[in-house]
Amino acid sequence: MNEESIMTKAADFVSQYLNNAEVDHDVDLFATGMVNSLFAMQLVLFVEKEFALSVDNEDLDLDNFKSINAITGFVCKKLDLTTAA
Amino acid sequence: MDIELNVAQQQAQSGFRDFVEAMVVPHANEHDRLQKMPEKLIRQVAEQGYLGGIVPAQYGGAGMDAVTWGLLCEEIGRGSASLLSLFTVHGMVIQALLKWGTDAQRQHWLPRLATGEVIGAFGLTEPNIGSDASNIETTATLEQGEWCLRGQKRWISFGQVATLFLIFAQVDGKSTAFLVERSSAGFSTEAITGMLGFRSAMLADIHLNECRIPEANLVGRIGFGFSHVAGAALDHGRYCVAWGCLGLAQAGLDASLAYTGTRKQFGVFLKGHELIQELVADMITQIRAARMLCYRAAFLKQQGDPSLIMETSIAKYFTSRVAVKVSTDAVQIHGANGCSDSYPVSRYLRDAKIMEIIEGSNQMQQIIIAKYGYQDHIMSQRRLRQQGSKSE
Repeated sequence: MNEESIMTKAADFVSQYLNNAEVDHDVDLFATGMVNSLFAMQLVLFVEKEFALSVDNEDLDLDNFKSINAITGFVCKKLDLTTAA
Repeated sequence: MDIELNVAQQQAQSGFRDFVEAMVVPHANEHDRLQKMPEKLIRQVAEQGYLGGIVPAQYGGAGMDAVTWGLLCEEIGRGSASLLSLFTVHGMVIQALLKWGTDAQRQHWLPRLATGEVIGAFGLTEPNIGSDASNIETTATLEQGEWCLRGQKRWISFGQVATLFLIFAQVDGKSTAFLVERSSAGFSTEAITGMLGFRSAMLADIHLNECRIPEANLVGRIGFGFSHVAGAALDHGRYCVAWGCLGLAQAGLDASLAYTGTRKQFGVFLKGHELIQELVADMITQIRAARMLCYRAAFLKQQGDPSLIMETSIAKYFTSRVAVKVSTDAVQIHGANGCSDSYPVSRYLRDAKIMEIIEGSNQMQQIIIAKYGYQDHIMSQRRLRQQGSKSE
Protein backbone atom coordinates (compact mmCIF):
# COMPACT_ATOMS: atom_id res chain seq x y z
CA MET A 1 0.00 0.00 0.00
CA ASN A 2 1.24 3.48 -0.83
CA GLU A 3 0.03 7.04 -0.75
CA GLU A 4 -1.30 6.89 -4.28
CA SER A 5 -3.42 3.82 -3.71
CA ILE A 6 -4.78 5.27 -0.49
CA MET A 7 -5.73 8.47 -2.26
CA THR A 8 -7.48 6.54 -5.02
CA LYS A 9 -9.55 4.55 -2.53
CA ALA A 10 -10.40 7.66 -0.52
CA ALA A 11 -11.43 9.54 -3.65
CA ASP A 12 -13.61 6.62 -4.79
CA PHE A 13 -15.35 6.47 -1.42
CA VAL A 14 -16.05 10.20 -1.41
CA SER A 15 -17.17 10.12 -5.03
CA GLN A 16 -19.64 7.36 -4.23
CA TYR A 17 -21.18 9.44 -1.46
CA LEU A 18 -21.45 12.43 -3.80
CA ASN A 19 -23.25 10.52 -6.55
CA ASN A 20 -20.19 10.01 -8.70
CA ALA A 21 -19.17 13.66 -8.67
CA GLU A 22 -15.46 14.35 -9.21
CA VAL A 23 -14.20 16.42 -6.33
CA ASP A 24 -10.99 18.41 -6.10
CA HIS A 25 -8.81 16.69 -3.53
CA ASP A 26 -8.33 19.89 -1.54
CA VAL A 27 -11.99 20.83 -1.23
CA ASP A 28 -13.27 21.00 2.36
CA LEU A 29 -16.16 18.55 2.12
CA PHE A 30 -17.76 19.57 5.42
CA ALA A 31 -17.38 23.34 5.15
CA THR A 32 -18.93 23.31 1.69
CA GLY A 33 -21.88 21.26 2.95
CA MET A 34 -21.22 18.51 0.43
CA VAL A 35 -21.37 15.89 3.17
CA ASN A 36 -23.20 15.55 6.46
CA SER A 37 -22.92 13.78 9.81
CA LEU A 38 -23.98 10.46 8.32
CA PHE A 39 -20.98 10.59 5.98
CA ALA A 40 -18.74 11.31 8.96
CA MET A 41 -19.53 7.96 10.60
CA GLN A 42 -19.42 6.07 7.31
CA LEU A 43 -16.00 7.57 6.63
CA VAL A 44 -14.72 6.33 9.98
CA LEU A 45 -15.94 2.81 9.22
CA PHE A 46 -14.52 2.93 5.69
CA VAL A 47 -11.07 4.02 6.88
CA GLU A 48 -11.04 1.40 9.63
CA LYS A 49 -12.08 -1.49 7.40
CA GLU A 50 -10.26 -0.53 4.21
CA PHE A 51 -6.94 0.23 5.85
CA ALA A 52 -7.20 -2.05 8.94
CA LEU A 53 -6.65 0.71 11.45
CA SER A 54 -8.56 2.18 14.37
CA VAL A 55 -9.87 5.74 14.45
CA ASP A 56 -9.72 6.80 18.07
CA ASN A 57 -10.68 9.67 20.33
CA GLU A 58 -7.42 11.49 19.72
CA ASP A 59 -7.93 11.31 15.96
CA LEU A 60 -11.08 13.43 16.11
CA ASP A 61 -9.76 16.47 14.32
CA LEU A 62 -11.40 17.96 11.27
CA ASP A 63 -7.98 18.34 9.68
CA ASN A 64 -7.86 14.53 9.46
CA PHE A 65 -11.10 14.16 7.51
CA LYS A 66 -12.07 17.39 5.80
CA SER A 67 -10.79 16.62 2.30
CA ILE A 68 -9.55 13.71 0.21
CA ASN A 69 -5.99 14.93 0.73
CA ALA A 70 -6.60 15.19 4.48
CA ILE A 71 -8.00 11.66 4.64
CA THR A 72 -5.02 10.38 2.68
CA GLY A 73 -2.58 12.15 4.95
CA PHE A 74 -4.31 10.83 8.05
CA VAL A 75 -4.24 7.23 6.85
CA CYS A 76 -0.59 7.51 5.80
CA LYS A 77 0.28 8.89 9.23
CA LYS A 78 -1.57 6.08 11.01
CA LEU A 79 0.17 3.51 8.81
CA ASP A 80 3.57 5.19 9.14
CA LEU A 81 3.83 5.70 5.39
CA THR A 82 5.89 8.50 3.90
CA THR A 83 3.80 11.13 2.15
CA ALA A 84 4.79 13.41 -0.71
CA ALA A 85 5.98 16.83 0.46
CA MET B 1 -23.79 -14.61 4.64
CA ASP B 2 -24.43 -17.48 7.06
CA ILE B 3 -27.86 -17.09 8.65
CA GLU B 4 -27.86 -20.25 10.72
CA LEU B 5 -27.31 -19.68 14.41
CA ASN B 6 -24.34 -21.49 15.83
CA VAL B 7 -24.68 -23.66 18.93
CA ALA B 8 -23.64 -20.91 21.33
CA GLN B 9 -26.12 -18.48 19.80
CA GLN B 10 -28.91 -21.04 20.00
CA GLN B 11 -28.16 -21.70 23.64
CA ALA B 12 -28.04 -18.01 24.40
CA GLN B 13 -31.35 -17.48 22.62
CA SER B 14 -32.91 -20.26 24.64
CA GLY B 15 -31.69 -18.66 27.86
CA PHE B 16 -33.03 -15.26 26.81
CA ARG B 17 -36.43 -16.78 26.05
CA ASP B 18 -36.62 -18.59 29.37
CA PHE B 19 -35.80 -15.38 31.24
CA VAL B 20 -38.35 -13.30 29.34
CA GLU B 21 -41.08 -15.93 29.71
CA ALA B 22 -40.51 -16.18 33.44
CA MET B 23 -39.64 -12.63 34.45
CA VAL B 24 -41.04 -10.25 31.85
CA VAL B 25 -44.09 -11.58 30.02
CA PRO B 26 -46.24 -12.28 33.12
CA HIS B 27 -45.84 -8.71 34.38
CA ALA B 28 -45.43 -6.49 31.33
CA ASN B 29 -49.10 -5.51 31.14
CA GLU B 30 -49.11 -4.54 34.81
CA HIS B 31 -45.93 -2.47 34.36
CA ASP B 32 -47.62 -0.73 31.44
CA ARG B 33 -50.73 -0.03 33.55
CA LEU B 34 -48.71 1.30 36.46
CA GLN B 35 -46.36 3.21 34.12
CA LYS B 36 -43.42 1.90 36.08
CA MET B 37 -40.55 -0.53 35.53
CA PRO B 38 -39.78 -2.15 38.89
CA GLU B 39 -36.29 -1.74 40.25
CA LYS B 40 -36.39 -5.46 41.01
CA LEU B 41 -36.68 -6.37 37.32
CA ILE B 42 -33.86 -4.01 36.36
CA ARG B 43 -31.69 -5.74 38.98
CA GLN B 44 -32.69 -9.17 37.64
CA VAL B 45 -31.73 -8.10 34.13
CA ALA B 46 -28.43 -6.77 35.41
CA GLU B 47 -27.71 -9.95 37.37
CA GLN B 48 -28.09 -11.98 34.18
CA GLY B 49 -25.29 -9.90 32.68
CA TYR B 50 -27.60 -8.59 30.00
CA LEU B 51 -26.91 -4.90 30.57
CA GLY B 52 -23.25 -5.59 29.89
CA GLY B 53 -23.99 -7.59 26.77
CA ILE B 54 -21.96 -5.44 24.41
CA VAL B 55 -19.25 -4.50 26.90
CA PRO B 56 -16.04 -6.38 26.07
CA ALA B 57 -14.84 -8.98 28.57
CA GLN B 58 -11.82 -6.84 29.44
CA TYR B 59 -14.21 -4.39 31.07
CA GLY B 60 -16.30 -7.03 32.79
CA GLY B 61 -18.97 -7.44 30.12
CA ALA B 62 -20.32 -10.43 28.24
CA GLY B 63 -18.71 -9.38 24.95
CA MET B 64 -21.68 -10.63 22.92
CA ASP B 65 -21.35 -10.82 19.14
CA ALA B 66 -23.77 -8.78 17.05
CA VAL B 67 -26.15 -11.68 16.41
CA THR B 68 -26.36 -12.71 20.06
CA TRP B 69 -27.01 -9.11 21.13
CA GLY B 70 -29.69 -8.91 18.46
CA LEU B 71 -31.31 -12.11 19.70
CA LEU B 72 -31.37 -10.68 23.22
CA CYS B 73 -33.02 -7.48 21.98
CA GLU B 74 -35.56 -9.55 20.06
CA GLU B 75 -36.56 -11.58 23.10
CA ILE B 76 -36.71 -8.55 25.36
CA GLY B 77 -38.76 -6.69 22.75
CA ARG B 78 -41.08 -9.65 22.53
CA GLY B 79 -41.74 -9.42 26.25
CA SER B 80 -41.73 -5.66 26.80
CA ALA B 81 -40.84 -2.82 24.44
CA SER B 82 -40.47 -0.56 27.47
CA LEU B 83 -37.82 -2.85 28.93
CA LEU B 84 -36.13 -3.01 25.51
CA SER B 85 -35.66 0.75 25.67
CA LEU B 86 -33.47 0.26 28.75
CA PHE B 87 -31.21 -1.99 26.68
CA THR B 88 -31.24 0.55 23.88
CA VAL B 89 -30.29 3.67 25.80
CA HIS B 90 -27.94 1.96 28.24
CA GLY B 91 -26.25 0.38 25.24
CA MET B 92 -26.00 3.72 23.46
CA VAL B 93 -23.96 5.16 26.32
CA ILE B 94 -21.75 2.07 26.32
CA GLN B 95 -21.26 2.26 22.54
CA ALA B 96 -20.35 5.96 22.67
CA LEU B 97 -17.70 5.28 25.31
CA LEU B 98 -16.38 2.19 23.56
CA LYS B 99 -15.82 4.12 20.36
CA TRP B 100 -15.00 7.64 21.51
CA GLY B 101 -14.30 7.56 25.24
CA THR B 102 -10.87 8.18 26.69
CA ASP B 103 -9.07 5.28 28.32
CA ALA B 104 -9.87 6.79 31.70
CA GLN B 105 -13.58 7.07 30.87
CA ARG B 106 -13.70 3.48 29.61
CA GLN B 107 -11.82 2.14 32.64
CA HIS B 108 -14.08 4.00 35.05
CA TRP B 109 -17.51 3.65 33.49
CA LEU B 110 -17.65 0.48 31.39
CA PRO B 111 -17.30 -1.99 34.28
CA ARG B 112 -20.01 -0.13 36.17
CA LEU B 113 -22.29 -0.03 33.13
CA ALA B 114 -21.63 -3.72 32.55
CA THR B 115 -22.91 -4.74 35.97
CA GLY B 116 -25.75 -2.24 36.08
CA GLU B 117 -24.21 -0.47 39.05
CA VAL B 118 -24.66 2.54 36.79
CA ILE B 119 -27.66 2.86 34.49
CA GLY B 120 -27.06 4.90 31.35
CA ALA B 121 -29.44 7.14 29.41
CA PHE B 122 -29.16 9.19 26.22
CA GLY B 123 -29.95 12.90 26.25
CA LEU B 124 -30.19 14.43 22.77
CA THR B 125 -33.85 15.36 22.15
CA GLU B 126 -35.19 18.66 23.49
CA PRO B 127 -38.61 20.30 23.76
CA ASN B 128 -37.93 22.24 20.52
CA ILE B 129 -35.58 19.78 18.82
CA GLY B 130 -36.35 16.29 17.55
CA SER B 131 -35.30 15.30 14.04
CA ASP B 132 -33.25 18.51 13.66
CA ALA B 133 -30.81 17.07 16.18
CA SER B 134 -27.70 18.92 15.06
CA ASN B 135 -29.36 22.20 16.12
CA ILE B 136 -29.89 21.46 19.80
CA GLU B 137 -30.30 24.47 22.08
CA THR B 138 -28.58 23.20 25.23
CA THR B 139 -25.26 24.96 25.74
CA ALA B 140 -22.04 24.17 27.58
CA THR B 141 -19.39 26.66 28.60
CA LEU B 142 -16.07 26.03 30.30
CA GLU B 143 -16.02 28.06 33.50
CA GLN B 144 -13.26 27.84 36.09
CA GLY B 145 -12.21 24.37 35.01
CA GLU B 146 -15.75 22.93 34.90
CA TRP B 147 -18.32 22.58 32.16
CA CYS B 148 -21.51 24.46 32.90
CA LEU B 149 -24.55 23.09 31.04
CA ARG B 150 -27.76 25.03 30.50
CA GLY B 151 -30.86 23.61 28.84
CA GLN B 152 -33.45 20.91 28.84
CA LYS B 153 -33.85 17.45 27.38
CA ARG B 154 -37.15 15.66 26.79
CA TRP B 155 -38.50 12.14 26.29
CA ILE B 156 -35.43 10.60 27.91
CA SER B 157 -36.00 6.86 28.27
CA PHE B 158 -35.23 5.65 31.78
CA GLY B 159 -34.45 9.22 32.67
CA GLN B 160 -36.30 8.73 35.97
CA VAL B 161 -33.79 6.16 37.23
CA ALA B 162 -30.59 6.46 35.17
CA THR B 163 -27.48 7.63 37.00
CA LEU B 164 -25.22 8.45 34.02
CA PHE B 165 -26.43 10.53 31.11
CA LEU B 166 -24.79 11.14 27.73
CA ILE B 167 -25.85 14.75 27.14
CA PHE B 168 -25.34 16.77 23.95
CA ALA B 169 -24.79 20.51 24.06
CA GLN B 170 -23.41 23.29 21.90
CA VAL B 171 -19.97 24.65 22.78
CA ASP B 172 -19.67 27.92 20.86
CA GLY B 173 -22.12 26.52 18.34
CA LYS B 174 -20.31 23.17 18.01
CA SER B 175 -22.14 20.01 19.00
CA THR B 176 -20.35 18.25 21.84
CA ALA B 177 -21.06 15.23 24.05
CA PHE B 178 -20.73 15.07 27.82
CA LEU B 179 -21.13 12.55 30.62
CA VAL B 180 -23.41 13.91 33.33
CA GLU B 181 -24.02 12.09 36.58
CA ARG B 182 -27.39 12.40 38.28
CA SER B 183 -25.64 13.70 41.38
CA SER B 184 -24.21 16.71 39.49
CA ALA B 185 -25.05 20.15 40.85
CA GLY B 186 -27.82 21.78 38.84
CA PHE B 187 -29.12 18.48 37.42
CA SER B 188 -32.71 17.38 37.94
CA THR B 189 -35.32 15.20 36.26
CA GLU B 190 -39.09 15.27 36.04
CA ALA B 191 -41.14 12.17 35.29
CA ILE B 192 -43.21 12.04 32.08
CA THR B 193 -46.40 9.98 32.19
CA GLY B 194 -49.46 9.46 30.03
CA MET B 195 -47.57 8.35 26.91
CA LEU B 196 -49.23 6.43 24.09
CA GLY B 197 -46.64 3.67 24.35
CA PHE B 198 -43.45 2.78 26.18
CA ARG B 199 -45.50 3.60 29.28
CA SER B 200 -43.15 1.77 31.67
CA ALA B 201 -39.97 3.13 30.07
CA MET B 202 -39.59 5.63 32.93
CA LEU B 203 -39.43 8.65 30.64
CA ALA B 204 -38.29 11.98 32.01
CA ASP B 205 -37.48 15.58 31.24
CA ILE B 206 -33.97 16.62 32.20
CA HIS B 207 -33.31 20.11 33.53
CA LEU B 208 -29.77 21.45 33.33
CA ASN B 209 -29.73 24.61 35.44
CA GLU B 210 -26.10 25.69 35.40
CA CYS B 211 -25.29 22.02 35.80
CA ARG B 212 -21.60 21.67 36.62
CA ILE B 213 -19.50 18.69 35.57
CA PRO B 214 -15.75 18.00 35.50
CA GLU B 215 -13.81 19.13 32.45
CA ALA B 216 -12.81 15.50 31.88
CA ASN B 217 -16.44 14.51 31.26
CA LEU B 218 -16.29 15.62 27.65
CA VAL B 219 -16.67 12.61 25.32
CA GLY B 220 -14.82 12.75 22.03
CA ARG B 221 -13.93 16.27 20.94
CA ILE B 222 -15.67 19.63 20.72
CA GLY B 223 -17.61 19.77 17.46
CA PHE B 224 -17.83 15.99 17.05
CA GLY B 225 -20.74 15.40 19.40
CA PHE B 226 -23.55 14.87 16.94
CA SER B 227 -21.59 13.61 13.95
CA HIS B 228 -19.46 11.01 15.71
CA VAL B 229 -20.51 10.39 19.30
CA ALA B 230 -24.25 10.53 18.65
CA GLY B 231 -23.63 8.88 15.28
CA ALA B 232 -22.10 5.81 16.88
CA ALA B 233 -24.73 5.72 19.62
CA LEU B 234 -27.72 6.17 17.33
CA ASP B 235 -26.52 3.45 14.96
CA HIS B 236 -26.45 1.09 17.94
CA GLY B 237 -29.85 2.36 19.05
CA ARG B 238 -31.37 1.67 15.64
CA TYR B 239 -29.88 -1.80 15.70
CA CYS B 240 -31.51 -2.53 19.08
CA VAL B 241 -34.83 -1.12 17.90
CA ALA B 242 -34.76 -3.15 14.69
CA TRP B 243 -34.36 -6.41 16.58
CA GLY B 244 -36.76 -5.28 19.28
CA CYS B 245 -39.43 -4.58 16.66
CA LEU B 246 -38.84 -8.06 15.31
CA GLY B 247 -39.60 -9.40 18.76
CA LEU B 248 -42.63 -7.16 19.13
CA ALA B 249 -44.00 -8.35 15.81
CA GLN B 250 -43.33 -11.97 16.75
CA ALA B 251 -45.26 -11.40 19.97
CA GLY B 252 -48.23 -10.15 17.98
CA LEU B 253 -48.08 -13.16 15.68
CA ASP B 254 -47.73 -15.60 18.59
CA ALA B 255 -50.70 -14.03 20.36
CA SER B 256 -52.77 -14.20 17.18
CA LEU B 257 -51.90 -17.84 16.48
CA ALA B 258 -52.84 -18.79 20.04
CA TYR B 259 -56.07 -16.78 20.09
CA THR B 260 -57.33 -18.05 16.74
CA GLY B 261 -56.79 -21.61 17.93
CA THR B 262 -58.99 -21.21 20.97
CA ARG B 263 -61.83 -18.93 19.94
CA LYS B 264 -64.71 -20.05 17.75
CA GLN B 265 -67.16 -18.05 15.74
CA PHE B 266 -69.90 -19.55 13.55
CA GLY B 267 -68.94 -22.95 14.99
CA VAL B 268 -65.41 -22.77 13.60
CA PHE B 269 -62.15 -21.82 15.22
CA LEU B 270 -61.03 -18.41 13.96
CA LYS B 271 -58.01 -20.02 12.32
CA GLY B 272 -60.40 -21.85 10.03
CA HIS B 273 -61.71 -18.61 8.53
CA GLU B 274 -59.88 -17.62 5.36
CA LEU B 275 -59.78 -13.88 6.04
CA ILE B 276 -58.05 -14.65 9.33
CA GLN B 277 -55.62 -16.90 7.43
CA GLU B 278 -54.89 -14.03 5.08
CA LEU B 279 -53.91 -11.78 7.95
CA VAL B 280 -51.81 -14.50 9.57
CA ALA B 281 -50.05 -15.31 6.27
CA ASP B 282 -49.06 -11.69 5.82
CA MET B 283 -47.82 -11.50 9.41
CA ILE B 284 -45.63 -14.57 8.92
CA THR B 285 -44.19 -13.36 5.63
CA GLN B 286 -43.42 -9.86 6.87
CA ILE B 287 -41.74 -11.15 10.01
CA ARG B 288 -39.60 -13.51 7.91
CA ALA B 289 -38.48 -10.58 5.76
CA ALA B 290 -37.83 -8.41 8.82
CA ARG B 291 -35.71 -11.14 10.32
CA MET B 292 -33.55 -11.33 7.18
CA LEU B 293 -32.89 -7.60 7.33
CA CYS B 294 -31.89 -7.88 10.98
CA TYR B 295 -29.53 -10.73 10.19
CA ARG B 296 -27.99 -8.73 7.34
CA ALA B 297 -27.44 -5.77 9.66
CA ALA B 298 -25.84 -8.13 12.18
CA PHE B 299 -23.55 -9.62 9.55
CA LEU B 300 -22.35 -6.21 8.39
CA LYS B 301 -21.98 -4.99 11.98
CA GLN B 302 -19.79 -7.96 12.75
CA GLN B 303 -17.64 -7.09 9.70
CA GLY B 304 -17.43 -3.39 10.56
CA ASP B 305 -18.57 -2.71 7.00
CA PRO B 306 -19.35 0.97 6.24
CA SER B 307 -22.71 -0.02 4.78
CA LEU B 308 -23.81 -1.29 8.21
CA ILE B 309 -25.14 2.18 9.04
CA MET B 310 -27.50 2.26 6.08
CA GLU B 311 -28.47 -1.40 6.31
CA THR B 312 -29.29 -0.91 10.00
CA SER B 313 -31.40 2.10 9.06
CA ILE B 314 -33.23 -0.03 6.50
CA ALA B 315 -33.77 -2.76 9.08
CA LYS B 316 -35.13 -0.30 11.65
CA TYR B 317 -37.43 1.33 9.11
CA PHE B 318 -38.85 -1.93 7.80
CA THR B 319 -39.18 -3.78 11.09
CA SER B 320 -40.90 -0.88 12.83
CA ARG B 321 -43.46 -0.75 10.03
CA VAL B 322 -43.91 -4.50 10.28
CA ALA B 323 -44.41 -4.20 14.04
CA VAL B 324 -47.16 -1.64 13.52
CA LYS B 325 -48.86 -3.69 10.79
CA VAL B 326 -48.65 -6.96 12.67
CA SER B 327 -49.86 -5.47 15.95
CA THR B 328 -52.69 -3.65 14.18
CA ASP B 329 -53.81 -6.93 12.63
CA ALA B 330 -53.35 -8.70 15.95
CA VAL B 331 -55.79 -6.28 17.57
CA GLN B 332 -58.18 -6.79 14.66
CA ILE B 333 -57.98 -10.56 15.03
CA HIS B 334 -58.67 -10.30 18.76
CA GLY B 335 -61.70 -8.09 18.14
CA ALA B 336 -62.99 -6.25 21.19
CA ASN B 337 -60.72 -8.37 23.36
CA GLY B 338 -57.83 -6.81 21.50
CA CYS B 339 -58.92 -3.38 22.67
CA SER B 340 -58.86 -4.45 26.31
CA ASP B 341 -55.79 -4.32 28.49
CA SER B 342 -56.59 -7.86 29.55
CA TYR B 343 -54.80 -8.93 26.39
CA PRO B 344 -51.31 -7.76 25.43
CA VAL B 345 -51.98 -6.89 21.78
CA SER B 346 -53.20 -3.34 22.42
CA ARG B 347 -49.93 -2.67 24.26
CA TYR B 348 -48.03 -4.13 21.30
CA LEU B 349 -49.77 -1.68 18.97
CA ARG B 350 -49.15 1.34 21.16
CA ASP B 351 -45.50 0.41 21.62
CA ALA B 352 -45.04 -0.36 17.92
CA LYS B 353 -46.18 3.13 17.02
CA ILE B 354 -43.47 4.60 19.23
CA MET B 355 -40.90 2.49 17.37
CA GLU B 356 -41.71 4.37 14.17
CA ILE B 357 -40.76 7.64 15.86
CA ILE B 358 -37.72 6.95 18.04
CA GLU B 359 -34.03 6.64 17.03
CA GLY B 360 -34.70 8.77 13.99
CA SER B 361 -38.28 8.88 12.78
CA ASN B 362 -39.21 6.69 9.85
CA GLN B 363 -39.48 9.80 7.68
CA MET B 364 -35.83 10.60 8.43
CA GLN B 365 -34.94 7.00 7.62
CA GLN B 366 -36.76 7.28 4.28
CA ILE B 367 -34.80 10.39 3.35
CA ILE B 368 -31.40 8.82 3.98
CA ILE B 369 -32.37 5.44 2.53
CA ALA B 370 -33.46 7.04 -0.74
CA LYS B 371 -30.22 8.98 -0.95
CA TYR B 372 -28.28 5.77 -0.27
CA GLY B 373 -30.19 4.04 -3.06
CA TYR B 374 -29.21 6.67 -5.60
CA GLN B 375 -25.55 6.51 -4.51
CA ASP B 376 -25.57 2.74 -4.83
CA HIS B 377 -27.21 2.90 -8.25
CA ILE B 378 -24.61 5.28 -9.61
CA MET B 379 -21.73 3.19 -8.28
CA SER B 380 -23.17 -0.02 -9.73
CA GLN B 381 -23.59 1.71 -13.11
CA ARG B 382 -19.97 2.83 -12.90
CA ARG B 383 -18.81 -0.71 -12.11
CA LEU B 384 -20.77 -2.06 -15.08
CA ARG B 385 -19.15 0.49 -17.40
CA GLN B 386 -15.70 -0.38 -16.08
CA GLN B 387 -16.34 -4.09 -16.60
CA GLY B 388 -17.56 -3.36 -20.12
CA SER B 389 -14.38 -1.41 -20.92
CA LYS B 390 -12.13 -4.23 -19.66
CA SER B 391 -13.84 -6.86 -21.76
CA GLU B 392 -13.49 -4.86 -25.00
